[in-house]
Amino acid sequence: MKKWLLNWRLFSLFSVMALVLAGCGEPFLSTLQPAGEVADMQYSLMLLSTAIMILVIIVVTIIFVYVVVRFRQRKGEENKIPKQVEGNHKLEIIWTVIPIILLIILAVPTVKATFDLADVKPMNKENRDKEKTLVVNVRANLYWWEFEYPDYGVITSQDLVVPTDERVYFNLKASDVKHSFWIPAVGGKMDTNIEDSKNQFWLEFDQKDAEKAGGIFYGKCAELCGPSHALMDFKVKAVPRDEFNQWIEKMKNAKPVVTDPVAKEGEAIFNKSCIGCHAVTPVDKRPEQARTAPNLGNFGDRERIAGILEHNEENLKKWLKDPESVKPGNKMTGTYGQLTDEQIDALAKYLMSLKVE
Amino acid sequence: MSTVARKKSLIWDYLTTVDHKKIAILYLIAGGLFFLMGGVEALFIRIQLAVPNNDFVSAGLYNEILTMHGTTMIFLAAMPLLFALMNAVVPIQIGARDVAFPFLNALGFWLFFFGGLFLNCSWFLGGAPDAGWTSYASLSLESPGHGIDFYVLGLQISGLGTLIGGINFLVTIVNMRAPGMTYMRMPLFTWTTFVASALILFAFPPLTVGLIFMMMDRLFGGNFFDPALGGNTIIWEHLFWIFGHPEVYILVLPAFGIFSEIISTFSKKRLFGYSSMVFAVVLIGFLGFMVWAHHMFTVGMGPIANAIFAVATMAIAVPTGIKIFNWLFTLWGGNIRFTTPMLYAIGFIPSFVMGGVTGVMNATAAADYQYHDSYFVVAHFHYVIVGGVVLALLAGTHYWWPKMFGKMLSEKLGKVTFWLFFIGFHLTFFIQHFLGLMGMPRRVFTFLPGQGWETGNLISSIGAFFMAAGTIVLLVNIVITTFKGKKAEADAWGDGRTLEWAVSSPAPEYNFAQTPLVRGLDALWVEKMEGKKGLTPAEPLGDIHMPNPSFLPFVISLGLFISAFGFMYHKDYSWGLMVGIVGLLITFGAMFLRSVIDDHGYHIHKEEIMEAEKKGAKA
Amino acid sequence: MHVEEKLTAETFPASPEKATLEGKNKFLGFWFFLGGETVLFASLFATFLSLRDRTAGGPSSDELFKMSIVFIATMLLLTSSLTSVYAMYHMKNFDFKKMQLWLGITVLLGAAFLGLEIYEFNEYVHEGLKYSTSAFASSFYTLVGTHGAHVAFGLLWILTLMIRNAKRGLDLYNAPKFYVASLYWHFIDVVWVFIFTVVYLMGMVG
Repeated sequence: MKKWLLNWRLFSLFSVMALVLAGCGEPFLSTLQPAGEVADMQYSLMLLSTAIMILVIIVVTIIFVYVVVRFRQRKGEENKIPKQVEGNHKLEIIWTVIPIILLIILAVPTVKATFDLADVKPMNKENRDKEKTLVVNVRANLYWWEFEYPDYGVITSQDLVVPTDERVYFNLKASDVKHSFWIPAVGGKMDTNIEDSKNQFWLEFDQKDAEKAGGIFYGKCAELCGPSHALMDFKVKAVPRDEFNQWIEKMKNAKPVVTDPVAKEGEAIFNKSCIGCHAVTPVDKRPEQARTAPNLGNFGDRERIAGILEHNEENLKKWLKDPESVKPGNKMTGTYGQLTDEQIDALAKYLMSLKVE
Repeated sequence: MSTVARKKSLIWDYLTTVDHKKIAILYLIAGGLFFLMGGVEALFIRIQLAVPNNDFVSAGLYNEILTMHGTTMIFLAAMPLLFALMNAVVPIQIGARDVAFPFLNALGFWLFFFGGLFLNCSWFLGGAPDAGWTSYASLSLESPGHGIDFYVLGLQISGLGTLIGGINFLVTIVNMRAPGMTYMRMPLFTWTTFVASALILFAFPPLTVGLIFMMMDRLFGGNFFDPALGGNTIIWEHLFWIFGHPEVYILVLPAFGIFSEIISTFSKKRLFGYSSMVFAVVLIGFLGFMVWAHHMFTVGMGPIANAIFAVATMAIAVPTGIKIFNWLFTLWGGNIRFTTPMLYAIGFIPSFVMGGVTGVMNATAAADYQYHDSYFVVAHFHYVIVGGVVLALLAGTHYWWPKMFGKMLSEKLGKVTFWLFFIGFHLTFFIQHFLGLMGMPRRVFTFLPGQGWETGNLISSIGAFFMAAGTIVLLVNIVITTFKGKKAEADAWGDGRTLEWAVSSPAPEYNFAQTPLVRGLDALWVEKMEGKKGLTPAEPLGDIHMPNPSFLPFVISLGLFISAFGFMYHKDYSWGLMVGIVGLLITFGAMFLRSVIDDHGYHIHKEEIMEAEKKGAKA
Repeated sequence: MHVEEKLTAETFPASPEKATLEGKNKFLGFWFFLGGETVLFASLFATFLSLRDRTAGGPSSDELFKMSIVFIATMLLLTSSLTSVYAMYHMKNFDFKKMQLWLGITVLLGAAFLGLEIYEFNEYVHEGLKYSTSAFASSFYTLVGTHGAHVAFGLLWILTLMIRNAKRGLDLYNAPKFYVASLYWHFIDVVWVFIFTVVYLMGMVG
């Protein structure tokens, strides 16, 4: 009977909390609107721990308000000396044991979830089915992200494309300083370390939730990495598996096709000043040390300029003209000479023509 | 005043003092100034983040402000301010005439002060450190200029001071207690000082080692954190957090002690469950060393380590819970007087509970992958540090101000400060929990519009100004009190329970004319309840031995200060190495002098004491 | 007992280092200090252990270390610990001259140890192990060098005490100082035992 009562109370607490919390934040960014298996697990842990904690807060608050009101000094009682109580073993045992029980209730699912989230065996299997278990190598750089699909020999930057409704596995590393890879709506973060031992974890992207979020999730760098840490965003396109397969096929064969004369001019400038760092085909066989700048193979399809600005030629020109004003401390500033407005126009045209879709 | 106290200028007096009460005042002033600086930095942070895409400060400058805010508040404000209260109160609370090592006490202060000064010189010499107060190795090695060098060298110097202070309190509490002051009769503030000092002793060396590694890497060609030559940056993270987590308890345990004193005093009751309170403090201190890696759940330590540290961390909630309930039941059945310090104590309980429960939430490793390095964590630790430590510091300052300065702070203004600060605090930080859950990473210099974070950030920024206003009222209060405050009696609040309220306000330089005999917990209360006016003396009136003042602590610290500049610039300028060595020579020379010159102190004679006591009684 | 009391062999207390409050404080405070030092060295050891194979192409420990030199150094330092025990024994018997003699021998042994260490470091540098060669090199030099710095400081400290008190002999003011200095010396010795085992023996075995 009593147990039932407790369960019922917990349940109602849960549902009220879920209602309150669900109103919080944007579906493409908020941990409170989980959009995948990992985020779901973490969200239910959050709810459980919040429920327990609210229980504790309620108990403390009731006692607290009672004592503060009931035992305040009243007029004429200034010299009253209350009974000097030493303690009470029964009470002390109660408030030692009950928290222990509450913590055990919390600890068990915590440990279980911690192990579940670390289960990366499928990606390390000898004969992994490459069609079914997608692995993405994430490389974080001052202030951009590289996503390599090692099974397909394809590289892209800034926009991560993943299939929905299946576990996607990640190898994480950084090439300069430590960053941290975080897609709040889809699951918790993991650091990208600069040591050779790569971090590994998995995420799952829900198709329905992806649609609710407009097909795009926001990704963040969660570890202070320098002046533009706040601007080190990336975007995640979660699409059905078929669509993903088509995309990867296009990526494999993508090459710049330039027809427009202005864009051609831009290509020439690019090949003179930019090609040393930026590749323009998603298939880039150079070792990662040589890949010092984002791959631009599908630049025209990107969601944002430099990860943060709306994707249009205007912003691209702004970025090319003075990268420092857009992303302080970035590594592109000063790597190419002063460009005239015409040159920038041409470059922008060329870059925007780099598309696979 | 005794004739032995030679007439000298006030400044020289304070430069050379070894009196724990004057050192307390030095700590209070220096820590207070750093607190104001850290506060201004916090305001800059909140102004910058009030609206999206703000350009109040640039990205690089923001990182410097953010780093200095954290570093200053932890190392240069919170700890020294706690040391101020410890120095002012603990020796008197245990019935001692002085601390065990008066000279080292002064040295500890000056090392802290010069370390802090050095760190803040960075603002004028090419930029402050900018890798966060945690200064993670890959970023801090990448950071150009000398900012990080200021951090590394400044913290080594001030850390040395803290370590010395910690050892001093340990020995003082073990060896200098008055007769009858058994361990289980020590006031809770003394107990928490004791445990916090032990934590300092074991937590600061790992930080020092980490700082040495970073100094070697940045200035002398070391490779501890350079993976290309076999180094590993995770070592820094471990060393930092082996220090960093106990550091939280170094700060918060004394805060617990302060509130225990205040709650018991103003509810006119002895502390409920005294022995379990002591047990809880010791247990928290012990567990504090077992949980550092919960700051590193996302580093990739693997599920086994994460699970172990998660469960260990949760365990800390148990002794902390015990303390909360013991405070509540101290209030239960009491006769509660809402003085300013008591208001803080009352406000502290729910605030700290909030910080505590979010701590348990952070401990759930799997969910922490979401909280980690988000504003949720920012909210959590500010609830612990501001809601626990800063409220305690403000409470303790109001509570012991009469004992330190002999005048009562205005209660009216004190309450205004409390309400402004308390409301501002919750306004600023409560909403940050939700900002974090809504995906906002911490340490961002700006944010883009359209991510649902605008309202929360604006509210948070408004709250910061309430706290600033509260602080200004406190400063006004201090100024007014200094010029026309009410003179405080020995038992300034009328409800004092512990020994510090038995001596005049401020305490005479020898503290007790006769060492008291302690006859129970809350020694003064025991005497009061038996209708006695004063304490029971444990010795006849006699001459009192006092230590000599010394200028050497200042010189030793100054030497290191100079030396740090030299070594920092040794690659840039040819004079660097020379200056570095000269600085060290000054330091070691002063230490040498201290070693070879006998210092037997002096005596205050019986007659002078009798006269001083008569005067004190009249006033 | 009071600090400034003049003492004879008869009135000299059994534990002169703890006979006064100042002495007691020094004694206890120093033990606490050594506690902190232990954590300091523990951190250095832990770092060394995690970096000792990271030679980055530079010389490794089994290529460099030679048993003979290290063994002699170890013997010197262990013996010096023993001689400082003798010194303390004579201090407790109020025999100032013998105490000074044994302290002098301690200092000589310590100096010899330090000389050997400097020679050894010099050798390694010539064989290509500079401080900046690898993470192993940095952690090795830092750990062993920190110990060496402790030895150097200990030598200067004991020498200062010996010279300062040469004329006035033993009293309750300086007895705790001598005692604490010898504690420090033992501590250095214990740390060396760990260095010998963890750095050298384990390094030569591979």
